[in-house]
Amino acid sequence: MSTIQFKLNGAAVSVDVDPDQTLLNVLRGQFGITSPHFGCGAGECGACHVMVGDRAMASCDMPMWSVADKAIVTLEGLGTAEQPHPLQRAFITEQAMQCGYCVSGILISAAALLARNPSPTEAEVKTALDRNLCRCGSHNRMVRAVLRAASEMATS
Amino acid sequence: MSAPPPAPKLPVSLVANLKLSSWVRFIGEGRVAILPGKVEIGQGIVTALAQIAADELDVEITRIEMIRASTATSPNEGVTSGSLSIQQSGRALRHACAEVRQRFLAAASERLGVDAALLGVEDGTISGPGNVRTSYWELSDAVSLDHDATAGTVAKSAAARSVAGHSVQRVDVPDKVFARPRFIQDLALPGLVHGRVLRPDISRARLTTLDEAAARAVSGLLAIVRDGGFAGVVADSEAAAEAALKALRKGATWSAGETLPDENDLTDFLRSQPVETTIIDTRTAAAANATRTLRRQYTRPYIAHASIAPSCAIAQWDGDRVRVWTHSQGVYLLRADLAIVLKLPPDRIVVEHMESAGCYGHNAADDVALDTVLLAKAAGGRPVRVQWSRHDEMAHAPFGAAMAIEIEADLDADNEIVGWRHAIWSNGHTARPGRAAQPALLAASEITNPYPRMISTNPPPANGGGADRNAVPLYDLPAWTITSHRLLTMPVRTSSLRTLGAQGNVFAIESQLDEVAALRGEDPIAFRLRHLRDERAKDVIRAVARRAGWKPARQTGTGYGVGFARYKNMGAYCAAIAEIEGADDIRVKRLTLAVDVGEAINPDGVINQIEGGAIQATSWVLKERVRFDRAHITSTSWTDYPILTFSEVPAVDVEIIQRPDIEPVGAGEAAHGPVTAAIANAVFDCLGVRIRDLPITRDRIIAAMELAS
Repeated sequence: MSTIQFKLNGAAVSVDVDPDQTLLNVLRGQFGITSPHFGCGAGECGACHVMVGDRAMASCDMPMWSVADKAIVTLEGLGTAEQPHPLQRAFITEQAMQCGYCVSGILISAAALLARNPSPTEAEVKTALDRNLCRCGSHNRMVRAVLRAASEMATS
Repeated sequence: MSAPPPAPKLPVSLVANLKLSSWVRFIGEGRVAILPGKVEIGQGIVTALAQIAADELDVEITRIEMIRASTATSPNEGVTSGSLSIQQSGRALRHACAEVRQRFLAAASERLGVDAALLGVEDGTISGPGNVRTSYWELSDAVSLDHDATAGTVAKSAAARSVAGHSVQRVDVPDKVFARPRFIQDLALPGLVHGRVLRPDISRARLTTLDEAAARAVSGLLAIVRDGGFAGVVADSEAAAEAALKALRKGATWSAGETLPDENDLTDFLRSQPVETTIIDTRTAAAANATRTLRRQYTRPYIAHASIAPSCAIAQWDGDRVRVWTHSQGVYLLRADLAIVLKLPPDRIVVEHMESAGCYGHNAADDVALDTVLLAKAAGGRPVRVQWSRHDEMAHAPFGAAMAIEIEADLDADNEIVGWRHAIWSNGHTARPGRAAQPALLAASEITNPYPRMISTNPPPANGGGADRNAVPLYDLPAWTITSHRLLTMPVRTSSLRTLGAQGNVFAIESQLDEVAALRGEDPIAFRLRHLRDERAKDVIRAVARRAGWKPARQTGTGYGVGFARYKNMGAYCAAIAEIEGADDIRVKRLTLAVDVGEAINPDGVINQIEGGAIQATSWVLKERVRFDRAHITSTSWTDYPILTFSEVPAVDVEIIQRPDIEPVGAGEAAHGPVTAAIANAVFDCLGVRIRDLPITRDRIIAAMELAS
């Protein structure tokens, strides 16, 4: 066991944990953060994406030792119903999902994209989401939602 | 003398659950509880049903609380499958709500002293001339809904509906974008502990010996459960459960398992097994002058449901009673199977639904529920949550059945079709729980005194059939024989996958028709229209042709193809045009679809379902195939079972033909067959070769082109 400190959705946190434990298990098990979802455990589907610094990364195969002193943002930290992130608003407007299990990871990937590229092309959005799988076939709605959020952010 | 008009009939789900109060309840603070027996699996059904209820009751949709299906509280509507929820639950709720509204109007009339015909309802408030008013909630003590529904109640006319028929936003979407727990995976229960189940790598191997010592040493372990060939662990965290399972696996030895077919010769396998043969349909005609027979064989591989979430369940025992949280598509059916395995009366078991990721048919949802119930026995009354691994979801859940389909088309001297024979070799397409004297759940075949593995069967043709689904052409051909050979062996476990056999059959029929049209030098759309009598069928084909600008001028490296079906020959009409580009490696660039579901309760919801179906079908056609060697399922990760990615997804354009006066049908399975055929036909248009084996891969295209040259 070791004590690992990091930032979680803007707050400094500390946890005593096996350093080889995955970030996903710790977020869900010890912090009650439920938005990152387990999908494959191998970083292949994106359902567990969280922001690490300014990048979207899989949390299911990320050991806790690598999280020390990093800033982690989950969907819980992106926005709320009262103060939604433009992406959250756009996903509602575009009804950009069917089951929604993959949506948390996709919103995180999209947020990381817009943070580094505020006005992406459609192809750039698709490339940025290629590490996220959607089985229901809501891809085109999600791409439209990301482009809508980008244009909304550009004009605000 | 004319016959008397037939007595009005109640919708089937209402006949099975007559009490109005089993569907509708007025609850405090101006709320209405609606209790459908169907469940949300990402298809948006809960919203569409809320729309229907809001319309008939005249309440704002925001007042409606949709109650999750549970054997403790819900009407029994069997299983949420077959694109039947709008038909079954929707019609029942429309009728029940209309009757509830009438009963309240009668009570209001009595209380207010105003003729019921003069009263109106607006957002639950009942008012009439002279400024009299009351509400559903004020009257709810006076109006009992513990009455059976009666035939004869008339729901609103299409023109009078203000919610159904409109694209209302889905009620579940805000929770999902704002990280509010809604999925079973996210359910927090006090004292929740975690379980994992030990399953073999070798197909159908049975656990023979188990050394538990290493697993016992794992910190956080609460219990090891062993029942014959079933084994698993319970621990105080997911990490501990996974560590204990890993240790347990090292101490396990297994029997040899059962040999799997040769995946490179599935046709030979499918056509050499013992079968039960059924003639599905025949149509005879006067002897015709066939001059030749076009005999073609089509195949489709085993396809995985490949849900993004591995299956998950929670169970909690209290003495000899158990409560189960599940994403099963049928809570009552799962309960029936659990009761058999547990040897308990069903009333000791409560099964309630919670959402998970889309399932697209019978995946491991029901299996994991039994796993969890068995493990929870060792948890001392604490709730246990079990989640399968990605590997197990891709190796042990049922697959959609592989199919070999042979069509023989007898042609006359003008290459007109004068005879048609369609034969299918396939495992059955369903082995769902709750319908037989033996359980269909995986662990039931592993425990001490195991039950045999259930061999998949096919629903009867009246219910849309299974392997034979959509095998009878909707086209007006002069003569045909449709035959289904159901395998009586099942080395690869199969059960319901979205569309059952319809994807394979529509692919085969529409490919063969395309080939005949090409032989004749006839436009494939004109050919189809000439062979159809059903005007709704013709309308979707004409609509899609118009929308796609059929047929765009020919360009090298681009191809266009069409596909059409009416799902189950009694559901939604759908026509698709695919635009593809490529040489040996093809890309689907655009799919244009026209669909007729009768009354579209939520048009954007219908479009979403058709888009999703079209994209999923594209994934099946271009990429998907369960892989195995003679001992193992080997496609157990996303690397080994790739699905379509964002960059590979085509543009999808959907047109709905609205028919508000025609009873609504579901949209979830309408697109798969037509899209599959449209892509295959576009490959021929583009490259001049017909690929009759799915998936349509680079290797298969190269092989076909070599054969052709």
